[in-house]
Amino acid sequence: MASPSSAYRPGRVLTYFTLLMVFLAGWTFLGGVSVFSKDGWKDIGAHSTPKLGLDLRGGTQIILTPKATTGAPVSAENVKQAVEIIRQRVNAFGVAEAEVQVQGTGTSSTIIVSIPGKANSAVVDAVKSTAKLNFRPVLQEAAPLEFKPKDPKSTEEVHGIFPPIMSATNDAAFKAKFDQLDCTSKGALVGGVPDDPKLYIATCDKESRQRLILAPSRVEGTNIADASAGVDSQSNAIYQVFLDFDATGRTQFAAVTTELAKKTGVENRMAIVLDGLVVSSPSVNEAIIGGKAQITGNFTLQEAQNLASVLKYGALPVSLDVASQSQLSPTLGNDQLKGGLLAGIIGLIVVVGYLLVYYRALGVIAFASLVVAAIMTYFSIVILGQQIGLALTLAGVAGLVVAIGITADSFVVYFERLRDEVREGKGLRGAATSGWVRARRTILVADGVSLLAAVVLYFLSVGSVRGFAFTLGLTTVLDVFVAFAFTRPLVELAVRNKWFQSGGKLTGLDAAHLGISNRAATPALQES
Amino acid sequence: MANRSLAARLYSGQVSYDFVGRRKLWYLLSGVIVLVAIFGLGTKGLNLGLDFKGGSQFQVKTNASVADGRAAARDAGIEDAVVTKVGTDKLQWRTTTLESSEIASVTATLANTFKVAEAEVATETVGPTWGKEITSKATQGLVVFLILVSLFLSLYFQWQMALAAIFALAHDLVITVGIYALSGFEVTPATVIGVLTILGFSLYDTVVVFDKVRENTAGITKSSKMTYSEAANLALNQTLVRSINTSIIAVLPVASILVIGVGFLGAGTLKDLALALFVGTLAGTYSSIFVATPFLAQIRERNPQMRALAKRVAARRAADDGREPGLETDLPTDSGTTIPVRQVGERAQPKRNIPRSKR
Repeated sequence: MASPSSAYRPGRVLTYFTLLMVFLAGWTFLGGVSVFSKDGWKDIGAHSTPKLGLDLRGGTQIILTPKATTGAPVSAENVKQAVEIIRQRVNAFGVAEAEVQVQGTGTSSTIIVSIPGKANSAVVDAVKSTAKLNFRPVLQEAAPLEFKPKDPKSTEEVHGIFPPIMSATNDAAFKAKFDQLDCTSKGALVGGVPDDPKLYIATCDKESRQRLILAPSRVEGTNIADASAGVDSQSNAIYQVFLDFDATGRTQFAAVTTELAKKTGVENRMAIVLDGLVVSSPSVNEAIIGGKAQITGNFTLQEAQNLASVLKYGALPVSLDVASQSQLSPTLGNDQLKGGLLAGIIGLIVVVGYLLVYYRALGVIAFASLVVAAIMTYFSIVILGQQIGLALTLAGVAGLVVAIGITADSFVVYFERLRDEVREGKGLRGAATSGWVRARRTILVADGVSLLAAVVLYFLSVGSVRGFAFTLGLTTVLDVFVAFAFTRPLVELAVRNKWFQSGGKLTGLDAAHLGISNRAATPALQES
Repeated sequence: MANRSLAARLYSGQVSYDFVGRRKLWYLLSGVIVLVAIFGLGTKGLNLGLDFKGGSQFQVKTNASVADGRAAARDAGIEDAVVTKVGTDKLQWRTTTLESSEIASVTATLANTFKVAEAEVATETVGPTWGKEITSKATQGLVVFLILVSLFLSLYFQWQMALAAIFALAHDLVITVGIYALSGFEVTPATVIGVLTILGFSLYDTVVVFDKVRENTAGITKSSKMTYSEAANLALNQTLVRSINTSIIAVLPVASILVIGVGFLGAGTLKDLALALFVGTLAGTYSSIFVATPFLAQIRERNPQMRALAKRVAARRAADDGREPGLETDLPTDSGTTIPVRQVGERAQPKRNIPRSKR
């Protein structure tokens, strides 16, 4: 599709390009624009600077690798469950902007927990411990207490003791604390604090917000063989959760259900506790000897499935190994960021200097293209930070600096082709077009290989280093775009200029420098 | 000035070097370097970093001396820690893998000793199995990348070009890894990423040269003007200025990261990435000119069609030379050259309409 130069309108392409840049700039800098995301409507443009990674702003990073505890390999479902549990625990500490990410799949997957700000070894310990699910007889139940600020306009939070409260004995002091148990205020039910199975606990029901005192655990979640949701075989209408225990669980469950079935009222119930909070507390109708239990209730299908999945947590066949744990200092991170930016500025200056010396006026076009590419990259990173939470890491900054060379190279390919065409005797305008047609293919293939490398690196690297692959890939794509939509039309415009056509020394296209002296009428002077 | 005039001649395209013809020399040179690299890898091995070996590391920004650092290590209960100065203003302690309670107590002691906030003590703890995991990931990445690139290049060019490009790639990798072994530079995950990036760089360069080779050799067997090797060499010369410019432009930002990383910041992601890239980019430029294309020409010349072409060209030259002997060359004739190559610079360029009588 070699378009003849007459059909190509560089001015129009540049206009569209400018409009796009204005749009991106608006998106980046203007607040008050809302978009719909998974968290509902939110303002974009709130941060017009790139989101920084932990290694640049300081914080704690934990890399966990799931290991199979049974013979079966780690499935994507297991990892998803583990991530859900970790997310809940991190949130329990109320850390803002904490992130839990999964990289890779199955056996080779890693879970990365990033917690910005000051280190907190309690968070680290909570993240590392595995989910705890257990079955506890209910001893006492009470309605939730209301904890509200006296002044409704006050933002100050008034709250009691967050669950779970643990105690070795079910004594008066424990009961006194139970009377302060907070199941209603904001932050009370985030959960995530594993309860000690040997102790009595006072905690809340996640759904009903009822306060409960529970006896020590009788069956551990690890003894659940399987859990699933389904309909009752007789009525065919009521949703149920089916539970299946292993040998140990079967014996323990038989013992506890035999005991509870004889009791009445609250004490007939058994609570299912996940990470310190009650997810369900069904009544025990009869002793369950065979190890297969059904939990009936007024479930919707969704509720039944949720409960089944919670019960499976207890049977999660993975343990989490801490592969790496880092505490990153904000000062050192800031030093590194400054270093990276300084390197970028120096790199840009020397590259531009080289291009100007070598390509003269064409070098100015290359310079402008580089600057435009840099601005566009900045916008993209800010927007990606806002939209998908992309954080710029130190490796990412390094990727940006390295990309200066790759981006500039596309211009070199084009300019060299252009000069080849002029050398072969073409007029400047014709050369700009035919040179582009030839350079275009080279640029696409070469950048294609770069992009391929970036994509492979992205999917096979771990942690903050991954940012390098991302920025390298991003800049490769932007490079192609800038070369097509900015550099080329600018060169086309330039070669229509009289001064350029004169082939003066400063144009970078004079006969002597192109080595076409033997063809030109006057043998050019060799510069030496 | 000799330098200036060479640059000007390269710039003008009046100089044509015989890269393809002298391939034995380049092979010998590369062979020696590769052997040295393998020797280094075999005898010295790689200096693996914390992420590969496992252990705990602490860093504090301070101007205190290493001796102060050792004293602090004793206070913190990590007597066995290796204390080093990093960059201009940081101290680093490395010890065996610690538990999180131990990490917390060491952090507190160091923060107290060097009068910084606890959050300012950078710590890193790596379990013993993590190294194996990232090594297997990197290996996986390498294999996937090589397969994809081979497919891509085979589809876009010819399988011979894919083979030559991969051959040059292996050459660059071995040299880079060898330099790491010989110099004892630490290998970190950032280094691995750097080395894998070199794959992209090295290929990028090779692809641009091969694109020109393909252009010059399209329909070459239909005429008897030049052999495949000559056409390939011409392509190399035509893209030489670009290759050099590309490499300079690619190396300049990498060098600036390296200078900042080594000079001011000391060990860290920036230095590790930049070092691998620096070495790899230089090797990549060398290999795309001196290894990839000569190797490509060599395997293409085995093709019966290309051999027939070489014979026809030789026959035609013999006839031409009988009429008009004495071709000028810019380079002294190399006695080791196996294929006759006419080094006549731009006169050998295609599409130039020089009347037959003038040749």
